Amino acid sequence: MSEKLLVNPIECEGHGACAELLPEMITLDEWGYPVVDGRPLPAALERDARAAVSACPTLALRLVRC
Amino acid sequence: MTTATQGTPTEGTATGLPRLLPRHGQQPEDWYAHVARVGRLPYRDAPGRLISDLQAAGLTGRGGAAFPVHRKLAAVLEAAQARRRPPVVIANGAESEPASDKDATLLWLAPHLVLDGLQLAAEAVGAEQAILYTHADRRNDVGRRLRQAIAQRQAVAVDRVPVELAEAPPRFLAGQETALVNHLAGGPAIPTFTPPRITERGLAGAPTLVQNVETLAHLALIARRGPRWFRQVGTEAEPGSMLCTIRRSDGVPRITEVPLGVPLRALLAGPGEQGLREGAVLIGGYHGTWVPAAEAAKLTLDNHGLRRAGARVGAGILITLPQDRCGLVETALVVRYLALESAGQCGPCLNGLPRIAAALAELAGARPRRGTRANVERWAGLVTGRGACHHPDGAARFVRSALTTFAAELGRHERGRCGATDTTPFLPVPHDPARTEQDWI
Amino acid sequence: MLENVSGINSSTALWYASRATGVVALLLLTAVVLLGLLVTRQGRLPGLPRFAVTGLHRNISLLAVAFVAVHVLTAVADTYVHIPLTAAVVPLASEYERLWIGLGAVSLDITIALIVTSLLRRHLSRRLWRAVHLLAYASWPVAWLHSITSSADMRHGWMFLLAVACALLVVVAVGWRQSAASRDVPRAERVGLLMAAVHGRDRASRR
Repeated sequence: MSEKLLVNPIECEGHGACAELLPEMITLDEWGYPVVDGRPLPAALERDARAAVSACPTLALRLVRC
Repeated sequence: MTTATQGTPTEGTATGLPRLLPRHGQQPEDWYAHVARVGRLPYRDAPGRLISDLQAAGLTGRGGAAFPVHRKLAAVLEAAQARRRPPVVIANGAESEPASDKDATLLWLAPHLVLDGLQLAAEAVGAEQAILYTHADRRNDVGRRLRQAIAQRQAVAVDRVPVELAEAPPRFLAGQETALVNHLAGGPAIPTFTPPRITERGLAGAPTLVQNVETLAHLALIARRGPRWFRQVGTEAEPGSMLCTIRRSDGVPRITEVPLGVPLRALLAGPGEQGLREGAVLIGGYHGTWVPAAEAAKLTLDNHGLRRAGARVGAGILITLPQDRCGLVETALVVRYLALESAGQCGPCLNGLPRIAAALAELAGARPRRGTRANVERWAGLVTGRGACHHPDGAARFVRSALTTFAAELGRHERGRCGATDTTPFLPVPHDPARTEQDWI
Repeated sequence: MLENVSGINSSTALWYASRATGVVALLLLTAVVLLGLLVTRQGRLPGLPRFAVTGLHRNISLLAVAFVAVHVLTAVADTYVHIPLTAAVVPLASEYERLWIGLGAVSLDITIALIVTSLLRRHLSRRLWRAVHLLAYASWPVAWLHSITSSADMRHGWMFLLAVACALLVVVAVGWRQSAASRDVPRAERVGLLMAAVHGRDRASRR
């Protein structure tokens, strides 16, 4: 079952913790908001991805089935 | 009131148009005139039967997204059965695009066709609640017309599901599906994040069907005349007819019903005009695409034909920019409006659109700075696909097409010149931005 | 006071352990609340990466529960007074000092709910998680009251000062959070503000 990252742009306030924990899939744009790689998550990054999801203060980042 | 033209060259009795609007004159139809024209409301007496007819007919949404209607109805019916919750049906007449008038015209002249469609759609999905959502800020008192129409239908006891009228605030996003549901639930008309889709969980958590009013009018006719009749006009892939709001160089909006696939030059060049050669055409409204007139002259009004110009049919808005106007100035004025109409919920849209608007204002002025155009391109890329709705995407498409189509004009502005001789704004842009939360409710 | 008993027996040791872990738990829970308030404002701890705020909030809450567990178990194990284990989570189940132990049980119940819902966040609706988490505003004051009423020690000397300091920190932090939130730009005004800013800045820089 492959998963991908999804950010709820309404809840996202540009805190940036996600980009710190998963720089391979998330970078910040010039305004501090996450640019998320929407491709299926490589298995090796799953742990970091779950950490990034937990670290979001507004619960905007999610892992969903794809 | 916009005049509905009945006699443009594209229409003739041979094609069986017009279908939606009454043929003679511009008299609003009452119940009896409506029944005399199109016949009685053909209920199917079970949910779901209409859906296969709609699939055979190939009817797609006329609100701009062109989503297959049968699939939406099927999704709502399925969700309702799976969750054992009666769905809600909403006729979307918000028509938040300033340059569009076709829905208001349809509701004014043939409200019963829309109300028939609403009843049939409600029956098809097993709904017990129906809402007609319209925009208050129009030149005619559409609300009063609709209340009269509903009262007439109650008098003859033709409606099986009670219809409520609801009013949209004058916001560009008010017609967006999730914003509409959010507003009907008592909140501001701002989009919500999907998933879940409203077909699954919408108003008060019920499966919700939202269809444009014109779509419902077509549905009401397909239920009477069948899918084969619907396919008599249009193309194989995109059958049927649609209402368009067309502005030529005189700026007067005309509502015309045309078959899909009709050549644009037939719609945009009036009798006696030279035909499309110079200037630019805006296809699809303020989330649409600017196309050079010479290129537009070769296009047909269907998504398949417009794809090579990077354009979509959208809600059928076609505008020819007069040659004495500046396309950059017009674009900048529109984008300023689009930016002010952002819900301000999503970082990229909130940050990107105002900056794009300011940069466009600069490009539309004299001697813009060197990096400005590159900034616009970069920001347009940054806002696309990163909001909860497609507002930033549409604005970005509109902006990029302007930079391409008006490239020569950009060059002139860099040298401190402008090709326009008339500075009065041509495109209709409202001047009443939202200031407080109340303006969204 | 137990110092009248000659020598240190196991009961005394357990009692002291319960007191000590209780104080530490209160300090840790205070830290958790302060960090939680910081999270709601997407604040940062100076010198630490952004993910540290939510990370510390979660980890310290788990540590606090561990200390509460020891605090409860040592109090139950101490035979000097009889406190049934159920009193840890069932308020008013203890015959001994019903009220103050009951307060502790209420606070612990809420804390367990906070942690369980947070661990299962993925499977819960956002609204449910948030509603439960708001109970933290009740849990901490109840824990504080439990501490104050549970022992005379905490009402005198440096321990009293400690308790007051914790309360002050929480009150000030909540006040700060509320006032900062009230100064947030309302959604409907955000875009207008930014439009004015970028258009004004644009004109200014071109003079």
